[in-house]
Amino acid sequence: MLLGLPLGWYILLFSWPMAVVLATSFGTNSGVADVEISGTLANYARALQPLYLGILGKSLLYAFGATAICLLVAFPVALAISFAPLRWKAPLLIAVILPFWTNLLIRTYALIALLRDEGLVNKGLSLLFGWAGFTPFTMMHTSFAVMVGLVYVHLPFAVLPLYAALDRLDRSYLEASLDLGAGHLRTIWHIVIPLAAPGIAAAVLLTFILVLGAYLTPDLLGGPDSQMIANVIERQFKRANDWPFGAALSFLLITLTFLTMAAKSLLSPKKGRA
Amino acid sequence: MDGSGGKSGFAGLSTRRLSRRSLLAGLGVGAIGLTVTGCGRDDGKGADRLNFYTWDTYIGDTTLADFHSETGIKVQASYFATNDELFAKFKGGNPGYDVIVPSNEFVTRMRLANMLQPLDMRKIPNFRNIAPEFQDADYDQPPPRHSVPYTWLVLGIGYRKSRVNGTPDSWKWLYDSDLYKGRIALSSEAADLIRLGAKYLGHSLNNITPDVVRQVEGMLIRQKPNIKAFHEDNGQDMLLAGDVDLVMETNGDIAQIARDDPDIGFVVPNEGSLLNADTLCIPTGAPRVEQAHQFINFLLDAKVGRHIIETILYPTPNAAAKALMPAGYQNNSIIFPSGPGMENSEWGRYEGPEQARAFDEAITRVRAA
Repeated sequence: MLLGLPLGWYILLFSWPMAVVLATSFGTNSGVADVEISGTLANYARALQPLYLGILGKSLLYAFGATAICLLVAFPVALAISFAPLRWKAPLLIAVILPFWTNLLIRTYALIALLRDEGLVNKGLSLLFGWAGFTPFTMMHTSFAVMVGLVYVHLPFAVLPLYAALDRLDRSYLEASLDLGAGHLRTIWHIVIPLAAPGIAAAVLLTFILVLGAYLTPDLLGGPDSQMIANVIERQFKRANDWPFGAALSFLLITLTFLTMAAKSLLSPKKGRA
Repeated sequence: MDGSGGKSGFAGLSTRRLSRRSLLAGLGVGAIGLTVTGCGRDDGKGADRLNFYTWDTYIGDTTLADFHSETGIKVQASYFATNDELFAKFKGGNPGYDVIVPSNEFVTRMRLANMLQPLDMRKIPNFRNIAPEFQDADYDQPPPRHSVPYTWLVLGIGYRKSRVNGTPDSWKWLYDSDLYKGRIALSSEAADLIRLGAKYLGHSLNNITPDVVRQVEGMLIRQKPNIKAFHEDNGQDMLLAGDVDLVMETNGDIAQIARDDPDIGFVVPNEGSLLNADTLCIPTGAPRVEQAHQFINFLLDAKVGRHIIETILYPTPNAAAKALMPAGYQNNSIIFPSGPGMENSEWGRYEGPEQARAFDEAITRVRAA
């Protein structure tokens, strides 16, 4: 009984759609509108060509990069919030979540307004340094802009799990470390980070998986080179109208995501006991 | 001179109206579409209603209210953002729509999938308002007619006059030259890219052979360092903002920004380009076929048509409505381009899933190269 409802939801919202994607990935297009589930492996054979593996590899690089930057930026933020006076914590956390009240597309357009050649950043800089012969930076439609977008959008997903872990931290360990002569950096490195390891792992996982599936950011901020795997998948379901191939690519991506999660669950218990 | 033309139409227009294909428009629409379809199901088969599935910001401000007061039929509009969305919605059968607005190639495709029903042209006498060159439709064959044209579009080069040499009247400047390095944006639509590349190489944009696809692919890979971006149908914004100086866009989208900025020009390159039309159709299984015909006939009326174009400012195939528009619209060389480019332009034909896949894979290779 207790299991029934969650299990029902699980089947309805997760297993069933997954099964549809999986079945479609073994299908063939027939006619103009239909997919015939023929059991073919052709879609996977095509998805494993160097062309698509290369795009997948590039997406993984983007995801690693964005996750690393998110972590570096989020850690001090989460630390600051967890050490902030109690009455400040809630407002600060809300400030982190606040961007989610605006749609992703709107936020991306806001970034465009900031980053474009005649955008706010360049205009501001030329106001300040115009006298010194400032020439505007080209930021839009580069990998730099994509990285900025990916980090900006996914930062809260790194801050929140980190905060949750850091806030639970037993402060007496920190006091002990400082009392015994360790500096602040050494305390963070040897005490805070190991204790917050589960939170760090959760932040990495969450950010990494979300970035890997990003397609709007590279589409709108990127240049001719900025094609991530999710862009290719999106096109299969829209313009290219090749649902079986899109499903095969999706399933490869899902498999990769599960492998990442499995790796996490294999690694984290050991760290937890350390 | 043209600002004096329409009442609210001309002046306030470009700021208010987004491209009907624009991402931002599509965004709000997803939610609206959901709720409206939800309501649409409730009202069942009442004869005083009509479910209209169309693009956002693609009809006159008061057109639906006018139709209501004239006929007593209340039109419930819901919106889609791409033809693919429209097509996907009908894959599992008609969810209850009476009139839909697919583009020309999707008329062919939806006909092949038996998603459209023939129109009873006796009930659409206003079809005589349509200009003769738009009355014959290759995309809607064989007879009987399943669609009537609503608007049309042509792809070309939008450019910033002060930043280019003369008129960039060849696809060469987008596909095959480093003269405007880093100041070019091309469409991200695989089919448009391959087809117009084929046009530049002197081929038809229909029945493109794998060999020509490879040639265009190679050309685009060579050209890639000179291209700033493949835009997501926001090319006109990039041109207006000064991000690029040449952009592959439709006349309708460039006409919009040319109103704000007289430094913007548009040309259909001499090699010719791709023509598109959006059409009014009645889908198979429409609950209110009679009212649907009535509504289509209403939209083709000259005065109603004029009001629609005043609002949306797209090129119209409706000659009678165009005749009622001010000279600023009729003689607008961006909305109604002429010259060798237009003469060499062609309608795109729907060529099946294999061709779409070939185009997409070629462009995926270009982007990954």
